[in-house]
Amino acid sequence: MALKFPSDEWIKALSSQLNASEAYEKSAKDWEGDFIFIVEPDDAYANTDYLYLGLYHGKSPDAAMIDSEDAREAEFVLRAPYTNWRKVIEGEMDPIQGMMTRKLKVQGNMMKIMRYPKAAKEIVSCCALVPTDFGN
Amino acid sequence: MWYFVSPEIVFGEGALDALDELEGHRALIVTDAMLVELGLVAQVKSHLDKAGIETHIFDAVEPDPSVQTVRRGVEVAREYEPDWIVGLGGGSPMDAAKAIWVLYERPDLDPAEINPFITLGLRQKARLITIPTTSGTGAEVTWGIVLTDTEEQRKMGVGNRENVADMAIVDPCLTVGMPPALTADTGLDALTHAVEGYTCAWHTDMTDGLCISAIRLVFEFLPRAVADGSDIEARERMHNAATCAGLGFGNAMASMAHAMGHTLGAIFHIPHGRTVGIFLPYTIEFAACAAPDRYAELAESVGCHSDAGEGKTEVALALAKCIRDLCREINSPTSIAELGIYRTAFESALDKLVDDAFNDTSMVTACRGPSYDELRQLFLYAYEGRPVDF
Repeated sequence: MALKFPSDEWIKALSSQLNASEAYEKSAKDWEGDFIFIVEPDDAYANTDYLYLGLYHGKSPDAAMIDSEDAREAEFVLRAPYTNWRKVIEGEMDPIQGMMTRKLKVQGNMMKIMRYPKAAKEIVSCCALVPTDFGN
Repeated sequence: MWYFVSPEIVFGEGALDALDELEGHRALIVTDAMLVELGLVAQVKSHLDKAGIETHIFDAVEPDPSVQTVRRGVEVAREYEPDWIVGLGGGSPMDAAKAIWVLYERPDLDPAEINPFITLGLRQKARLITIPTTSGTGAEVTWGIVLTDTEEQRKMGVGNRENVADMAIVDPCLTVGMPPALTADTGLDALTHAVEGYTCAWHTDMTDGLCISAIRLVFEFLPRAVADGSDIEARERMHNAATCAGLGFGNAMASMAHAMGHTLGAIFHIPHGRTVGIFLPYTIEFAACAAPDRYAELAESVGCHSDAGEGKTEVALALAKCIRDLCREINSPTSIAELGIYRTAFESALDKLVDDAFNDTSMVTACRGPSYDELRQLFLYAYEGRPVDF
């Protein structure tokens, strides 16, 4: 069954996909740094939503939809309008290119992110494995 | 949405004369000691003299420039206060010049902090001119900077679109003295840029034509330039090829051969062009099934024909064979073993090679991304010189 994006079920399913991915495990084996993904409203979506994704040494120990940016501590915040998130999840927007063109805005230590581009790609690959319902 | 960035490019015989008309006060020439010895720095200086621009020379750039060298160059720039930085040489001096320029303008940054996701606000203190003396790196027109972290034995890719040069002077007369092996290595670097710029996931309509043009030029003129370094037509066309390829891949991306070449070069200290040139045919054989049309177009553009059939994949695979034939024609190795690396040394480094290549920035845009085990196999095949069959 397709899972609504954004939702608690969706981010937990992404976390499960990451935990099953050997490619992600290899590319992020030294990674320490949780993310909060902020889904911002645009023409296609009215709300602001917050998804927390715990990431540690090639695994995702925790994930949840949260109430606000401050509800959990995270080293990185990645924010974008809903439509851009959808493009990333559906493979239409490369996440690195998205960050370079400011379609996805990142807060956090960019030096650290620059060292793990393959991990970023694997997260998106795992997103594509989550059956997603965009509500239309 | 994407970008295409380029400096103003002055090219052809006598392009160095453009410096005569430059406006400014002080130029810091970032280069290496060999180019001082060869008299190429003096040539550039004499043109800047004509423009009434004072010069200071920082000639401490080593092959695969380190972060420490860049920091020393920044100190020199802060003392000298130039309004032009001139990167003169191969990729190493030009990349060092870019980094020195950025950190001269932005003393609050560390070299590793130069990234494409921020606004740098350059050109407050100085502007950048790049002058290549080899035909391959394309660094004169790209914004990427490769520095070496000597502690981790790892090449580090940094850069920002803003740090593309203001002017690139592409004068073939500066390349006439290149020895055949350096001509071959750098030419294969240009070829790899062109092939990977055309086939990577980030290629665009803006970059495709430049890559095709560069590939044709390399196949036609690299053997001539290696055979007779004084063949000025071959030198000029190879110099143009390198710049076209630089624009092509610099506005798209490199790919798997670069990821593998970076790691082999960093561990065994092999020239960059030689390593990427070795890996190029193996990565084509691996990736051809994922983008047969793209590789077949390249093969057809240089007249590579398949003996195995007329299908796109067969034609694509013929490109790998043509590249190996080109390597042999210019006396360039086609396997890691031919580099003189002992099997024991290679195998003891294999885990780090696979690990670093797997996580290299260039791997992200491969049209067929290898698994960890496939990448290990690719290294082993490239060591032995076995065409890839998986």
